[in-house]
Amino acid sequence: MFSLFTKREGSLLDRLKQSVAKTRTEIAARVEQLLTGNRPVDAELLHQLEAALLSADVGVRTTKEVLAALREQVNQHKLEDAAALKQELKRQVLKILEAPAAPPDGQPTAAPRVIFVVGVNGTGKTTTIGKLANRLKGEGARVVLCAADTFRAAAIEQLEVWARRAEVDLIKQKSGADPAAVVFDALSAACSRGADVVIVDTAGRLHTKSNLMAELEKMKRTAAKVVPGAPHDVLLVLDATTGQNGLNQAREFFSHAGVTGIVLTKLDGTAKGGIVVAIARELHLPIRFVGTGEKVDDLVPFDAQTYVNSLFD
Amino acid sequence: MFETLTDKLQRAFKNLRGQGKLSEEHLDAALGEIREALLDGDVNLGVAEEFIAHVRAKALGSEVLLQLSPDQQVVKIVRDELGDLLGREARPQFGSRPPAVWLIVGLQGSGKTTSTGKLGKWLSEHGHRPIVVSTDVYRPAAREQLAQVAKATGTPCWPGTGTDKPLEIVRGATREAKLSASDVILVDTAGRLHIDEELMNELSMLKRELNPAEILFVADAMTGQDAVNSAGEFHKRLGVTGVILTKLDGDARGGAALSIRKVTGAPVKFVGVGEKYDALEPFLPDRIVSRILGMGDVLGLIERAEKTIDAKQARDLERKMREDEFTLEDFRDQLRQIRKMGSIEQLMGMLPKVGPFAKIPKDAAIDEKQLTSVEAIINSMTARERADSNLIDGKRRKRIARGSGTTVQEVNQVLKQYADMRRMMKQYGSMAKAGRLRGLGKLAGMK
Repeated sequence: MFSLFTKREGSLLDRLKQSVAKTRTEIAARVEQLLTGNRPVDAELLHQLEAALLSADVGVRTTKEVLAALREQVNQHKLEDAAALKQELKRQVLKILEAPAAPPDGQPTAAPRVIFVVGVNGTGKTTTIGKLANRLKGEGARVVLCAADTFRAAAIEQLEVWARRAEVDLIKQKSGADPAAVVFDALSAACSRGADVVIVDTAGRLHTKSNLMAELEKMKRTAAKVVPGAPHDVLLVLDATTGQNGLNQAREFFSHAGVTGIVLTKLDGTAKGGIVVAIARELHLPIRFVGTGEKVDDLVPFDAQTYVNSLFD
Repeated sequence: MFETLTDKLQRAFKNLRGQGKLSEEHLDAALGEIREALLDGDVNLGVAEEFIAHVRAKALGSEVLLQLSPDQQVVKIVRDELGDLLGREARPQFGSRPPAVWLIVGLQGSGKTTSTGKLGKWLSEHGHRPIVVSTDVYRPAAREQLAQVAKATGTPCWPGTGTDKPLEIVRGATREAKLSASDVILVDTAGRLHIDEELMNELSMLKRELNPAEILFVADAMTGQDAVNSAGEFHKRLGVTGVILTKLDGDARGGAALSIRKVTGAPVKFVGVGEKYDALEPFLPDRIVSRILGMGDVLGLIERAEKTIDAKQARDLERKMREDEFTLEDFRDQLRQIRKMGSIEQLMGMLPKVGPFAKIPKDAAIDEKQLTSVEAIINSMTARERADSNLIDGKRRKRIARGSGTTVQEVNQVLKQYADMRRMMKQYGSMAKAGRLRGLGKLAGMK
């Protein structure tokens, strides 16, 4: 099987460095300034670390927890200077991000592998699908896109453009059609065409709308009828600018749609997307990819180490 | 468990009871809780800390610590100050000479195109003749999206076909607006990152060309700490005149509104509260204060009830309650009215998570479908049965179950609910008669 969810790829570091270099948020700079050298550990230092975490949208609860662990070690005199503290802080956040079980990589499933892409409105689902299709196609997979966002104006047309760009097949119906019916069509077509992957674009929906979440469940049931075990992956697309509500989103989509991983988009701005730390901590969901721009190849596998470095370096 | 801000504040102040005077330490503990509430609500850290310092000074100045219930006093100061910060309801501007141009700007995915469509509808309904145009030549099918939205809302749309230069597109739209006597041009722009030099320059250029009466920054209510950076940069480049806060129909607390207000000084002029094109409302600062603090939106709930509930029906109901004449028919009317107010979930979301509501589990599964089958059951009764539930014996119950596609057990349940409700009403009715419930008449008669 192609390397759908492999880890580590040099380019994430480059991209993040680029975007960090572009913006170099004052927080990151401030922390670096704080943490280099032999500055002794004091309350002020811890306070500023708290500010760095909070400003990255990590959230009050997770920040408190991480800092409590740090404080304990400081009290035991395990962390003598700022540099050691920085190492430990990174280790703590890394531990949270790496805790989720490794994605089921390359297991030979009966084709096609079905990927649902879900999320609230405007996070970048369709764009992510375009990039993902391009990526899989590049790895030699036969990809079929399924235009199951039949609600938003011109969503189908938008996906059509991406399908053309990535030169992959698209299965669609008319705007307003039952999304589950489109899923049925797309999966049937994918089976008969011998496709390797089907990526299903779903309409953006607020996680608080029970009827729309039920619609998602129906689409999943339909998928499983055509391809046993489908969907194999349910990717939640999360906007890096999202604040604490991201945790609610993840919880609801996790419980209704069985999310298996996260795609963090728009990481090329100044937002850090730190809410994924809180999500990983609570739901043990792995972050699979990050989106770093609008070009077709601006999607790279997530690497926790690189991400943590970008938070604090 | 889900601890509310009110609980936390009470706890923070509890120690002082019986200890006589409150110390500044107590105040700081309380302010610490408020700081956390603000951060949980996505208010920017810097903004929150500045705000807390301000509240602290104010609280000390007004000698809160000497008051009887300092927790409530502190909450009051916080609410007042938040309200002040957010400003009053602000009216949209139209400039001196039509057509007025409103430039709609913001990050990708914030909801610009949908908001543009909603604004078009709103303007038409308020006696204007808007025309919409999209300058988003980058995102696939973006212009097509606005064209479809415009069609759905019955707003004229300048397609701008034949060119992919934003400047040429808006010039065409301006000509068209003058020809068609449109008085507002809504210019939907491409989503962009605030650090994208090239695209930010494009906006400056559009501003110079169009001299807009409004530059509306569209912000997602779910935005976190970064709101100050993006809004700040858009403001620096363009001079934002107003904000549209979108996706407020979710459960985001919307603290970004405060951050954005702080860095731009621009008021929120509209809020987006749904996917339908009429789901755009003027912004009422009081509402969001409770929401940011996690204290619910009771005012919104009352207003929604006022909008939906028919005053005459309410008076009838009140009379029936007094006379003990509440029938199954009335029961059905009640159900229908509640459903007209919105989804149960949405209504639940507007309740504060305190007092009698604190015990409602967060994920209380109130099934909309259940309401549908209750209605179906009542619909399957004859008029006589609805007027007098005593008629409904075992045989009739069976028939009603068959007719409504439910079971006899479900029919029994509905009848029991009705009986309970009727008993409750009887109690209220006799209380009202005795004059102990004078407020009820007012409530029922409200418009």
